[in-house]
Amino acid sequence: MKKILYSISVVASAMLVFGLQGCKPKNAGDATGADAASKVYVAPGKYDELYNFVSGGFSGQVSVYGIPSGRLLRVIPVFSVDPEKGWGYSEETKPMLNTSSGQIPWGDQHHLDLSQTNGEIDGRWLFANENNTPRIARIDLKTFRTSEIIEIPNSAGNHSSPFITENTEYVVAGTRFSVPMDYENGDVPIDSYKKNFKGTLSFVSVAPKDGEMKLAFQLLLPGMDFDLSHSGKGPSSGWFFFSCYNSEQAHTLLEVNASKRDKDYVLAVNWKKAEEYFKAGKGKKVKVNYAHNKYNEATHTASSTMITETTVIDVKDFPDLVYMIPCPKSPHGCDVDPTGQYIVGSGKLAALIPVFSFAKIQDAIKNKTFDGTYGGIPVIKYEAALYGEVKKPGLGPLHTEFDGKGNAYTTFFISSEIVKWSLKDLKVLDRHPTYYSPGHLCIPGGDTRKPYGKYLIAYNKITKDRFLPTGPELAQSAQLFDISGDKMKLLLDYPTIGEPHYAQAVPAELIAKNSQKIYKLEDNKNPYAALGEKQTKVERKGNEVHVNMTAMRSHLSPDNIEGIKLGDVVYFHVTNLEQDWDVPHGFAIKGNKNAELLIMPGETTTLKWVPEKVGIFPMYCTDFCSALHQEMQGYIRVSAKGSTVPLSFSLGKNSEAAESIIAKK
Amino acid sequence: MKKLFIIGVFALFVYACGNEKKETTDDAAPVEDAQKKADPSYDTNRGEGKFKDVKLADKLDNAMALRGEKIADLKCLSCHKLTDEKLVGPGWKGATTRHKPEWIMNFVTNTDVMIDKDPKAQAMLEICMVRMPNQNLDDAAARDVLEFLRKNDGVK
Repeated sequence: MKKILYSISVVASAMLVFGLQGCKPKNAGDATGADAASKVYVAPGKYDELYNFVSGGFSGQVSVYGIPSGRLLRVIPVFSVDPEKGWGYSEETKPMLNTSSGQIPWGDQHHLDLSQTNGEIDGRWLFANENNTPRIARIDLKTFRTSEIIEIPNSAGNHSSPFITENTEYVVAGTRFSVPMDYENGDVPIDSYKKNFKGTLSFVSVAPKDGEMKLAFQLLLPGMDFDLSHSGKGPSSGWFFFSCYNSEQAHTLLEVNASKRDKDYVLAVNWKKAEEYFKAGKGKKVKVNYAHNKYNEATHTASSTMITETTVIDVKDFPDLVYMIPCPKSPHGCDVDPTGQYIVGSGKLAALIPVFSFAKIQDAIKNKTFDGTYGGIPVIKYEAALYGEVKKPGLGPLHTEFDGKGNAYTTFFISSEIVKWSLKDLKVLDRHPTYYSPGHLCIPGGDTRKPYGKYLIAYNKITKDRFLPTGPELAQSAQLFDISGDKMKLLLDYPTIGEPHYAQAVPAELIAKNSQKIYKLEDNKNPYAALGEKQTKVERKGNEVHVNMTAMRSHLSPDNIEGIKLGDVVYFHVTNLEQDWDVPHGFAIKGNKNAELLIMPGETTTLKWVPEKVGIFPMYCTDFCSALHQEMQGYIRVSAKGSTVPLSFSLGKNSEAAESIIAKK
Repeated sequence: MKKLFIIGVFALFVYACGNEKKETTDDAAPVEDAQKKADPSYDTNRGEGKFKDVKLADKLDNAMALRGEKIADLKCLSCHKLTDEKLVGPGWKGATTRHKPEWIMNFVTNTDVMIDKDPKAQAMLEICMVRMPNQNLDDAAARDVLEFLRKNDGVK
């Protein structure tokens, strides 16, 4: 008995060991390739660990990836029309792309910042900037839709944006191009740059509850190019840091003329002080013209309002607002570490990285350890602000993020690599090539007080030989690294939408739990919504015809419409009556120049149609919705101008509403 | 003795792989009855969902039926007629005599599970060929619609 029991336990133990090994994935210690594959493999039906929001650069949009798989989950339309989602095509979304220059269909989207509370990502909103026609967008992370876009006056090339303060009090916008101010005569010789061109740093307030943005005040600065920025945190809370170049004030061949000086500047802005002055009524009110566009969640409709005034605070009249810190060779990145003590400036033509100390900057200000002024702004002595320099890190440092364990990671565009270095002693710890020429990088929460230091993603401008060729135009790329150990490990390459300029990433749970599934029909306040088929109707108001229509698997109501005449402007207000997750309907009419619609469950969306020919025009659902999707179709009859064909509509037979209209006639 | 040994090994194998199949005492081969079809514990009259026992009054609650009609207009009547004629889904006439109130309540609030599992729901799917969408009715709204169905079936 004893012997038998013994053998049972031996075999059992052996089975336990073998059994476990057989069922568990292989772990670290295997060949690097296999290890990398298992680290990025997310099994079918399983979710990714993180959301990664990536700016689309010249695409104007924002894309959303799952990390670690690198799977594209969604492209959020922001500053460009998007035929996939009807963004900028439906009457309800057109106002979102309005500006002081009218509707702009294609923007240039550079940076992103997730909203924060106490310096940590709170998962509520994502801010995105538009570079070309200066704007800031706020994306609601419940719906993954752009909720609001505000234009920035007195600016051109809104690059150092949309970075936020620790509690999302403000989102900033610094002008890349200095220009004559909108409220002054801009018809001046270009070579009068030094006299007539100015720079501005705009502070846009964000309402704590609903996120509504408002241009609070603009700081007026000497003409230069403002590049990037980050808010202080912890001890440096209340300060904002901006990099700037072209302190030479060149207006032509900047490649040479703006690269002459040994040092440009990092600007330290005491925004709390600026806010105080603004609230005390300081600064001057000026006439401007800019658009403020908002999407109303209840009516599913955007509105665009023009605003005509702003407050400008000239920093040379307020000597305690702004200080300049010399920074070598055209600084680009301007990053603040998680403790808020160190500010990393990265001269894009430099071969070293200066790290400034917030405490030393404060001492220098107190003791006036200045080295003259620039445009009336005190310049702090370089050594007086400097914590130290990272020596020989590589060529062309651009951007730095942090892992929360005392390490910094900087991209090097020219030498095409990422370099890990220690904040404590500024020693280089590791370097890894990227393929090729990285701009920004992203560590989840890597620009907040609480980084999630497991992954690093490099965003490369050039991919050349990395993917199958697709003609002259190649996708740019992201490269995922495991940074949980001492050495960085490359895990995955994946192509991106447009230029992956900057990115934010956050553990999935923070966002996923709030994700909205449908628009509730009961809350639909669109004035043209047909809440139930009984409310469907077709109404003529002069030459305008409004069709209040419903879509439900698998028919449109009404699906036969007659009495439309040439010269009419027809609006199809389509309400999707579905209340189930992931059942959108589409809507299209043959020959319509304003394309199609895509309507989420419970939503009402409007398609404008100006028929130009007499005849029968088919309409149908364009989003495969059910087994009878191909049956989801109907016809519209268009008659000549002055025709006597009465306006009528029906489904199956005439609906009650149609009958009552006919009866009245 | 031999039996015990096999049990031990088998049990441990199961443990190691986190497999939840039942062990067997007389044969180490995998249990086959996991595949079996009809589940005798499934109550086809009640359906599956949180409603076990729905009490109906003899008389109609008119206010409730009126609310139910409004909800039906908004969310249901694109696909159902009030007669016995099939549109996208079956006509509603006689629904309360064909189905127990528990079944209706469960079907309306737990639609996807019922379509996957319930024999009557599956038979309807074969006729209609469109899965009834979950229209996100909360319990009270579902109960109001049930009262409207009763009114439609002549309860006064």
